[in-house]
Amino acid sequence: MCLLQCKHVSFSYEGRPAVANLSFEVHEGDYLAIVGENGAGKSTLVKGLLRLKKPVEGSVIYGDRLRPDEIGYLPQQTQVQKDFPASVYEVVLSGCLNQMGHHVFFSKAQKNTARENMEILGISPLRERCYRDLSGGQQQRVLLARALCATRKILLLDEPVTGLDPVVSGNMYRIIRNLREEKKITIVMVSHDVEGAVREASHILHIAGRQMFFGTATDYRKSPAGKVFLGGGSS
Amino acid sequence: MMILTEMLSYPFLVRALIVGVLVSLCAALLGTSLVLKRYSMIGDGLSHVGFAALACAYPFGFSPLYISIPVCVAAAFFLLQLKESSRIKGDAATALMCSGALAVGVMVISLTTGMNTDVCNYMFGSILAMSSSDLYLSIVLSIAVLELYVLFFNRIFAVTFDETFAGATGVNVRLYNMVIAILTAVTVVLGMRMMGTLLISSLIVFPSLTAMRVARKFKATVILSAFLAVFCFLTGLVFSYLHAVPTGACIVVTNIILFLLFFIVEKVKEGRGCS
Repeated sequence: MCLLQCKHVSFSYEGRPAVANLSFEVHEGDYLAIVGENGAGKSTLVKGLLRLKKPVEGSVIYGDRLRPDEIGYLPQQTQVQKDFPASVYEVVLSGCLNQMGHHVFFSKAQKNTARENMEILGISPLRERCYRDLSGGQQQRVLLARALCATRKILLLDEPVTGLDPVVSGNMYRIIRNLREEKKITIVMVSHDVEGAVREASHILHIAGRQMFFGTATDYRKSPAGKVFLGGGSS
Repeated sequence: MMILTEMLSYPFLVRALIVGVLVSLCAALLGTSLVLKRYSMIGDGLSHVGFAALACAYPFGFSPLYISIPVCVAAAFFLLQLKESSRIKGDAATALMCSGALAVGVMVISLTTGMNTDVCNYMFGSILAMSSSDLYLSIVLSIAVLELYVLFFNRIFAVTFDETFAGATGVNVRLYNMVIAILTAVTVVLGMRMMGTLLISSLIVFPSLTAMRVARKFKATVILSAFLAVFCFLTGLVFSYLHAVPTGACIVVTNIILFLLFFIVEKVKEGRGCS
């Protein structure tokens, strides 16, 4: 099943073209990593996939089984959140908002979802803690639990391991892998960490203002673009 | 107790008390979101626009509230929209709006009615400004603000904490930002005449910043700031009655004292946490 499809799509950022002519597909169960240098247009592309940004050309097509309110998203952290007084539970529960419809308060089922997702990510003991007092890795897990509340199908992760130390990044990758394998959630991840991306993902999309490569991770290692980016074929 | 009964025997003080408590509540609730969204100056900007609107309404004999509420709602909407179009940043736009609106207001006043005590009242606030016809409108509007805030509480939290996430998962961010803007504008206009153009933003900023010193949850912050706002309002009102000083200034000074107290409490707590 095709969940997400881009056909010759281009996006601009503040009036300037950011990425042009991308064509790729995400199928159910895929683990797609989008890699590229700084300013390659990765974050712009994610905004476009989330339909927060309209493409200048081409189209982003959601498969027939995917509604816009079935997407989970792990954004990069914002400045605002650094001094925000909110408990872990409050943050996670806010992910259920897109399932609230016209209800005013969260239902029991939604509160249970929030609790389950906290359990999955091992942050239940932090439930009453203040979000801003947590470590970077813990905060990332809280935001991931929130993203899980918003979806059962597909997660878009924007730089999930940036700013984390190697051990914590390793844990983060393991959590993402488990979500894909056990919960059958499709993963789309934007990452700086090419090594990690190639190791973890099933598919790679390499962009640098335009599409350099799209295909499976194994093919990427052998491709010219992959060899250069991975540092002269370090595989 | 004696003083309170004495105060309540004046109808204008009763009016001020009712509206003041309601407006303080509204301002404190919305203030938490505004401060966290980095819109602390919005109260200032809006009250200056409100001042200009009042100045224009006066010579034509319109009721000030009916003119300034729509004008302020429009201005609030404009200010909250600015974030996306980044040519002029939000804070710069607020500063432009503040001084621009104030200048227009002063011009209109000096060309028409002339500078008088009314102008002074609008700048620094007056407890006498509340007429009995304004009273009902103020009560209805502030209860509406409170009610809408409670109804939209979870959504307001989501768009305050992380607008991008909310938008990405299919929440109508624009709509809820608009709700925040409208509620803020109404609150500012209602509170403006008691607190004065120059002091109204303190009602929005102080209680939430004070509450944030000690609270660790969003709900707790909001509730605590609401309590603090009402407490500061009442203390300020009594003090201003006893010593015949402007009410707005008294409320702000009470807020400052509480803020400092909470600030010290926070530092002491942190100090203990480290050792």
